[in-house]
Amino acid sequence: MASTLLEDRDVADAAPGAPMPAAPRPRRRSRRAGILAPWWFVAPAIAVYVFIVVVPSLRGAFFSFTDWNGLGADWSWVGLENFADVFTDRAAQAALWNTLVLAVLVTVIQNAIGLALAVGLHSMVKSRYLLRVVFFAPVVLTPLVSGYVWSYLLSPNGTVNELLRGVGLGGLAQDWLGDPDFALYAVVAAVVWQFAGYSMVIFLAGLQAVPEEILEAATIDGAGPWRRFWSVTFPLLNGAVVINVMLSLIGGLKQFDQVVAMTGGGPGTASETISTLIYKNAFLLGEYPFSVALAVVMTILIAGLSAVQYRLTLRKAS
Amino acid sequence: MHTRYTGRTLIREIVLIAIAAVWAIPLIALVNVSLKPANSQTNALTPTWPPTFENYGTAWEQASLGAALMNSTIVAVVSIVLIVAISALASYPLARVTRAWSRWTFYGVLGGLLIPAQLALLPLYATMRDVGLLGSLWAVILINVGTAMPFSIFLYTTFVRDLPLEYEEAALLDGCGPVRSFLNVVFPLVRPATGTVIILNLVGIWNEFFTPLLYLSGSGNATAPVAIYSFVSQYVTVWPLVFAGLVISVIPILVVYFSLQKYVIKGFAGGLKG
Repeated sequence: MASTLLEDRDVADAAPGAPMPAAPRPRRRSRRAGILAPWWFVAPAIAVYVFIVVVPSLRGAFFSFTDWNGLGADWSWVGLENFADVFTDRAAQAALWNTLVLAVLVTVIQNAIGLALAVGLHSMVKSRYLLRVVFFAPVVLTPLVSGYVWSYLLSPNGTVNELLRGVGLGGLAQDWLGDPDFALYAVVAAVVWQFAGYSMVIFLAGLQAVPEEILEAATIDGAGPWRRFWSVTFPLLNGAVVINVMLSLIGGLKQFDQVVAMTGGGPGTASETISTLIYKNAFLLGEYPFSVALAVVMTILIAGLSAVQYRLTLRKAS
Repeated sequence: MHTRYTGRTLIREIVLIAIAAVWAIPLIALVNVSLKPANSQTNALTPTWPPTFENYGTAWEQASLGAALMNSTIVAVVSIVLIVAISALASYPLARVTRAWSRWTFYGVLGGLLIPAQLALLPLYATMRDVGLLGSLWAVILINVGTAMPFSIFLYTTFVRDLPLEYEEAALLDGCGPVRSFLNVVFPLVRPATGTVIILNLVGIWNEFFTPLLYLSGSGNATAPVAIYSFVSQYVTVWPLVFAGLVISVIPILVVYFSLQKYVIKGFAGGLKG
């Protein structure tokens, strides 16, 4: 029905009464009137987006100020009580801190490795295409699966400890996942291993866009490779840095899969993250108001850090 | 400056190959351990000879991986078809109409990139329960489609904006309405964006664990990661068996990756720049 109407209008627009304008004019005209992209093309996307994202998110934010139990329509207003619970709860404090530590460490290490690999592969190295495929392969692996592989490698008699003993560093062998001092860092290592290849390909794309002439000019001006990289190439990689930092930061702040596979948040709360705590409280303990408030805190954290990060990297660029 | 293969390049090549060998250890261990007899205690990196495929048969049956892979495939295919259709369609007016509603809709959708799914989690779960979709693949499909909108629409819209208007004008002159002009002219022209949308969503949806865990665990409709999760909690110490299950669950995505690696890497590398 709607489509018939619009097609009619379309025909009317191109009706014989309006003579076809000659070459240079139509471009501006058509952007306004000629090409009809009807509003209802957006309708299915908006409908599903509103149903799945907008309405539940707004309800989540709203319910964080209530004692809604997730079941019925019953709820009453409790103000900031849930947030007070979140900020005084030991497990929540641990989860917030762990999540920040994990996100920052993953962001820094993953991007440093990704950048180093990209710079290494952006050269005449013969095996560069093959190596790129190898470094990127973990990115497509199911995070849960890579978490399980790492929990095997890091087990007390696992490959990591065997390698350490093999090279005479047996003293460093640990129960990596069972020790509260190491569990979180073990997860960081697994996440970095999985996603460094992602940072690498984004940096590689950035490197390929750096014009060769500028580098030649810098060489002629007497800049060595080190100087050329930090003064010429790196500033031009700003777009790639923004994307990479954003991706790894947000990914780190949402971390769930690898933690579940490797430590389940333990030992104790040593590797608990916001996501695992939300899951446990909501679906294992039935603490809905607490979980919803924690999700709001997480949202503010993500939006806030993204904004700060975006500002910082943009300022650095200009 | 990168034009000659020098001694330094050779050193660089050797160092990179060494790093890649270390990088591949977890993948090698994954395959190697899965080929060992179930009670084997040998080193993960000692080549297994003769290999046994017994674990694969056991894992396939114990974890119901056949059904799980089927569910994963249905979820991935249906979600991606819907994502491509709906977001490409939406991007057309968002890219071509310069009115305020179009601009604000675009920004509104983009804002979704900053909202973590956890915020919507509980209310959405309650809604799905109320409409009777718990345990249904449709719950996961709908959530995949909804959460994929911001990024897919962003990608398509920036792509359509860069298309020259001439083709659509020609279609208009030939009497095409907006629907035909979109289907026959615009959609074929945005094929690169469609490739990126398919690849990024395929990898994301296939590997996704959190949403199917909530909606499908214990329902008999588990996707591969959820089936693996319950399988591992049952057989946690029998590593060769567990690893065979893990390998089966990632074979489809790895086959896609290794056969289309150029496009997959390109999709990930270029995805965010539109």
